[in-house]
Amino acid sequence: MNDFPETASQTAGPYVHIGCTPNFAGINGVYPDDLGAKMITGAANGTRITLLGQVFDGTGTPLRDAMVEAWQADANGLYAGQPEADLHFTGFGRCACDPVDGTFRFETVRPAAVPWPQGGMQAPHITIWIVARGINLGLHTRAYFEDAPENDSDPVLGRIEHRNRVRTLLAQREEESTYRFNIHLQGAGETMFFDV
Amino acid sequence: MPDKTNNTPPKGGYAARLPANHPVALYPPYRTSVKRSPQAAPLSFPSTISEETGPVFGHSMLGPLDGDLLRNFGPQDQTAIGPRIIVHGRVQDQFGRPVAGALLEVWQANAGGRYRHVKEGYIAPLDPNFGGCGRVITDADGRYELRTVKPGPYPWPNGPNDWRPAHIHFSVFGAGFAQRLITQMYFEGDPLIPLCPIVRTINDAAAVARLIAPLDKPHTLPMDALAYRFDITLRGRRQTLFENRMEGL
Ligand SMILES: [Fe+2]
Repeated sequence: MNDFPETASQTAGPYVHIGCTPNFAGINGVYPDDLGAKMITGAANGTRITLLGQVFDGTGTPLRDAMVEAWQADANGLYAGQPEADLHFTGFGRCACDPVDGTFRFETVRPAAVPWPQGGMQAPHITIWIVARGINLGLHTRAYFEDAPENDSDPVLGRIEHRNRVRTLLAQREEESTYRFNIHLQGAGETMFFDV
Repeated sequence: MPDKTNNTPPKGGYAARLPANHPVALYPPYRTSVKRSPQAAPLSFPSTISEETGPVFGHSMLGPLDGDLLRNFGPQDQTAIGPRIIVHGRVQDQFGRPVAGALLEVWQANAGGRYRHVKEGYIAPLDPNFGGCGRVITDADGRYELRTVKPGPYPWPNGPNDWRPAHIHFSVFGAGFAQRLITQMYFEGDPLIPLCPIVRTINDAAAVARLIAPLDKPHTLPMDALAYRFDITLRGRRQTLFENRMEGL
């Protein structure tokens, strides 16, 4: 079969909200809700958590125009669409960063571990995707949980050569059920991004 | 010869993304990229279930006018101002298989080059009948069609006198989160394309050319709308060894 080159990415630009979260952008009445606004749609199983954070540029300034997406398994380690997955949990969240302080926030459930293709399990994690003006190709990373014992045997965390960068993938517990996952686009604490 | 087995996505991992098909992260003439571009090499690993699954969006999610930007914002009997166009095409993966059920979300400036957004500062007027967003889901053959107005070019604060070529932003969901893509479609013949610092973040001329939609005269609606064709290629999954054997039988 012939190979066709993948379509090139271009920046989401400053007006990504018009297309992806129009109600947030004040364009009401076109879609009833913004896509990904609710990850929990009913009596979902598992522990309710909040994942929040900010996206910082190389000067340490939070981005106020970024859009962050989350994709994760449910409390049983199943992704929406898999047989037996939780019907009250979409697994997909989308958040426009706060226009004042740049915070993004997902009200979700704590995911369970999911399989690794070569056997064994991956520690619980939430896939995170970041787009904004100035980002030419969407940035893919993962939020793991700092207090998860499974992290020690996670095959992705295990292949990070510069061990001091592992912590850039660990969401920090702030309160009982709130985890902070700050993302640094550049600089000494630059988040580990994935090419996967 | 297209047959049904060809359209079933294989079960192997996603083929690695080729950087040459994409923009560079740091391109100083696009000023905002300077402090927003990662500098360390990304971590590579074979795709897992976390990247091979993704949210599924059903056609039932769509309203009847979601793909018609001419009419989805203004009062019922009115349409947006500007050149009426159809934008259509096919979404396929890198092996040529159609991507059915792909959600495409689009956003754009109005015919005068003005966005409906609080941060927009261009003096061109808003069009009361144009919101600027639309969405569509591809059919079984990966095809989609939108109706809108041709957006105007607009100036933007980058260099002292930078203008964006006319463009439509596309956000694309395939079957797996690894396929997630945001891009921009340009229009054939626009002299601003080669001058644009955002376009120039892409080094490969062929990759830029694939973002430029040609006029599709046969698809034009006479006395109604011109048509432009924009095909999109997403990453694809390789066959597993087992599937290869099956096909060889
Ligand atoms: Fe734009």
